Amino acid sequence: MSADREFGFSTRALHAGTPPDPITGARATPIVMSASYVFESTEHAANLYSLRTYGNIYTRISNPTVSAFEEKMASLEGGLGAVATSSGHAAQLVAVLSIAQSGDHIVSSANLYGGSVTQFSVAFKRLGIDVTLVAGGDPDGMRAAIRPNTKALYVETIGNPQGTIADIAGLATVAHAAGVPLIVDNTFASPYLCRPIEHGGDIIVHSATKFICGHGTVMAGVVVESGKFTWGAKHPLLSTPSPGYHGMLFTETFGEYAFLMRARAEVLRDFGPCLSPFDAFLLIQGLETLAVRMERETSSAATIAAHLEKHEGVAWVRYPGSASNPQHELVRKYLPRGAGSIFTFGLGGGRAAAVAFIESLQLWSHLANVGDAKSLVIHPASTTHAQLSEDEMERAGVTPDMVRVSVGLEDVDDLIWDLDRALAAASKVAGAAAR
Amino acid sequence: MILRTPAERRELLDRTKTVFMVGASPNHVRPSYFVYRYLLSHGFAVYGVNPNAASIDGDPCYSSLAACAQAHGVPDVVDVFRRTEEVVAVARDAIAIGAKAIWFQYGVINEEAIRIADEAGLFVVYDRCMKVEHARFHGGLTMTGMNSGVISSRRRP
Repeated sequence: MSADREFGFSTRALHAGTPPDPITGARATPIVMSASYVFESTEHAANLYSLRTYGNIYTRISNPTVSAFEEKMASLEGGLGAVATSSGHAAQLVAVLSIAQSGDHIVSSANLYGGSVTQFSVAFKRLGIDVTLVAGGDPDGMRAAIRPNTKALYVETIGNPQGTIADIAGLATVAHAAGVPLIVDNTFASPYLCRPIEHGGDIIVHSATKFICGHGTVMAGVVVESGKFTWGAKHPLLSTPSPGYHGMLFTETFGEYAFLMRARAEVLRDFGPCLSPFDAFLLIQGLETLAVRMERETSSAATIAAHLEKHEGVAWVRYPGSASNPQHELVRKYLPRGAGSIFTFGLGGGRAAAVAFIESLQLWSHLANVGDAKSLVIHPASTTHAQLSEDEMERAGVTPDMVRVSVGLEDVDDLIWDLDRALAAASKVAGAAAR
Repeated sequence: MILRTPAERRELLDRTKTVFMVGASPNHVRPSYFVYRYLLSHGFAVYGVNPNAASIDGDPCYSSLAACAQAHGVPDVVDVFRRTEEVVAVARDAIAIGAKAIWFQYGVINEEAIRIADEAGLFVVYDRCMKVEHARFHGGLTMTGMNSGVISSRRRP
């Protein structure tokens, strides 16, 4: 019998969802590579199909290794449960389609990853779900964009790439006053640095490819829900009879579990973006070291940002943890353990210097990703945000001279050595352009 | 005694064999039917109490807790799926048949009913689901990606 205790973050990162395997005693979580699961009897099968009992039917809906990852994520975010997906984009899709359909509307901050802006403003629009992108994403601006058919507010904890910090508590108040949930993309913070549910967030989404995996290997996403939002008539997908389950009402039958059950039993089942069990295993391994990675990467990022702020070849640094950040109070409130390991800076010589800088790096990897154990660098205007119009780029705060870095676990002195070399090369280009 | 901690709820479930379910429905999409069917399939002896239903899936359903007790003796738990304002009477009936515990499902929070059951020496759980709590400790929630809150390096029997 286990004693009742509120265990700490790192203890839960290691143990939640991953007790020893009851059959084999395996201490590591077994990778259950099986598409299907044998029923105990026809009655057992009928109970599973009608959701009257828990268990596995088919890996598109649930799988033991994937569920272990889901429970660990739910525990770390302080949520009721989680649904894992094949990518971060799929997590956004599952979160939105669980509560919105054609004719509905979402209000989102415009401070988003470029791929998310495109998913919202192009792909969702084609499905008949209209998304209003609000510049700045502040509570008043978001409130003004709410319509009668609005089903959710959406925001990134730390906006990509500008590092804008969302006022989660303020946005939750606005959302709840309108009878809708606040969806928070917590990818850049990870639950180690920020747990939006503690500030009123209702649905948390992640690209688990980033800090959760932590090693740049797995493509994955996850949706976590608090279980605290009261779903009602405003969200008929949850509160009216489901034709797929003989007229069952998710809200009536599953209570606080309604959103999570529908996300799995209808959206994941019907759209199919499930996570591979092997990938779930790698994500479980990643989460075991999340706290120590986040601590080290956040500390190295602060050191590097301070170094760049003093560097003559650097025009500006936008590091959320900087004392000069006008959002300093929000950082203190939402990111007390540090402002993360991703930030942007601009080179004096504009776009040409930014390109020369990236071309001259030896240790930092030039690629489109963040949250790897290795340090990464990218030029957003020509890559991650290149799908955006000039107007959208401006609203997302992406300038032509901007470089984004994701600080990894290398020795910080080596990372600074490499940056200094590349900055020297960039300043030559900038100097030549000036002549 | 009001049971408030996960460990206390688990101990109650572990020693429970017989459940009388007040408000059990024969309608296959009602929450009470889900719990009825779940508990039956996990080894509990479950008997429905519902004056508006003669049977559930062919098994007899009783018009009152007293009638159910006459047929099946003293239950370990009376599980209550009734409107909050109607459960004081259910608590009195549960006390009268000598039930050892009374369990009020999600949203059923009636302070008077809780108090009289507690004072009569019954174990009391409220605003919880027997199915969810059983699943929390026996792997069902874990299988569905739900946060069971269980942290242990012991092998589950």
